[in-house]
Amino acid sequence: MEAIQHKAEDIVDELTLVQAAKKGDLEAFSQLVKRYDRNIFRIAQHITHNEEDAQDVVQEAFLKAYRNLQQFQGNSKFYTWLVRIAVNEALMKLRRRRADKTVSIDEDVETEDGSMPREVADWSPNPEQLYGQSELGDILKKTIQGLPPGFRTVFVLRDVEGLSTEETAEMLGLSVPAVKSRLLRARLQLRERLSKYFKKSKRGGESQP
Amino acid sequence: MKCTEFLKELTDYLDDAISPGVKSELEEHLHWCHDCEVVLNTTQKTIEIYRNNKLYELPETLRVRLHEVIMTKCKGSRQSKKHST
Repeated sequence: MEAIQHKAEDIVDELTLVQAAKKGDLEAFSQLVKRYDRNIFRIAQHITHNEEDAQDVVQEAFLKAYRNLQQFQGNSKFYTWLVRIAVNEALMKLRRRRADKTVSIDEDVETEDGSMPREVADWSPNPEQLYGQSELGDILKKTIQGLPPGFRTVFVLRDVEGLSTEETAEMLGLSVPAVKSRLLRARLQLRERLSKYFKKSKRGGESQP
Repeated sequence: MKCTEFLKELTDYLDDAISPGVKSELEEHLHWCHDCEVVLNTTQKTIEIYRNNKLYELPETLRVRLHEVIMTKCKGSRQSKKHST
């Protein structure tokens, strides 16, 4: 697993790099870019669904972080602060591309119906093996893209990137209960949609939708 | 406990963020409710599948290119700051 590790030496190291970058050490900032660019790209792609936009988000987020480094107080981790910048940039991109300009992390979409489990068939013991790697990737992308932006962002930060509920709340400017409620609904909706592909067929064989 | 109450606690149960008392109530419910057991197991698998199959990996060539652009812009922004002060 490639999630950001929260080991003490990492935190110290990050802080040292940030302090050096603040004093004008460009190489230190370059290290920070290398450390987090993959995560920022992945988060941005999940929000925007567009590779070009995700590349822009990576550039703009790091550049904005660099320009505003003096304002970074060190009360939170640099990574938390960086993701917050990147999420805002990504939502802005998404808004520009969508007809309705109301995309927001705060939107509490009426999705109770979509979150109540209807599909209760068990899955095949090894659902990932039912499909080839690229087909599986397409299914996973298509499924997560169907979630409202606020839901998929919370799911990606918590369950894909492995961040804590508190960190996710801080990154998104949401309360802890709001993060938990979105996470539950995101998980249930993804489960419901994936069931179509992964459930056992009634005849005992594997099902294909 | 009703299924709707179970669902409400599902996320905290999966994240192991509940008190032992609530946990044992949930497990008692799971003991006789097959549907909730399936929902729990398949939700767990949902999380694992997304965690194990990371989508949107940044290709190395693109990564190198992005890094160059970012660092050039940072350098530029530092110099323009120097000139303006």
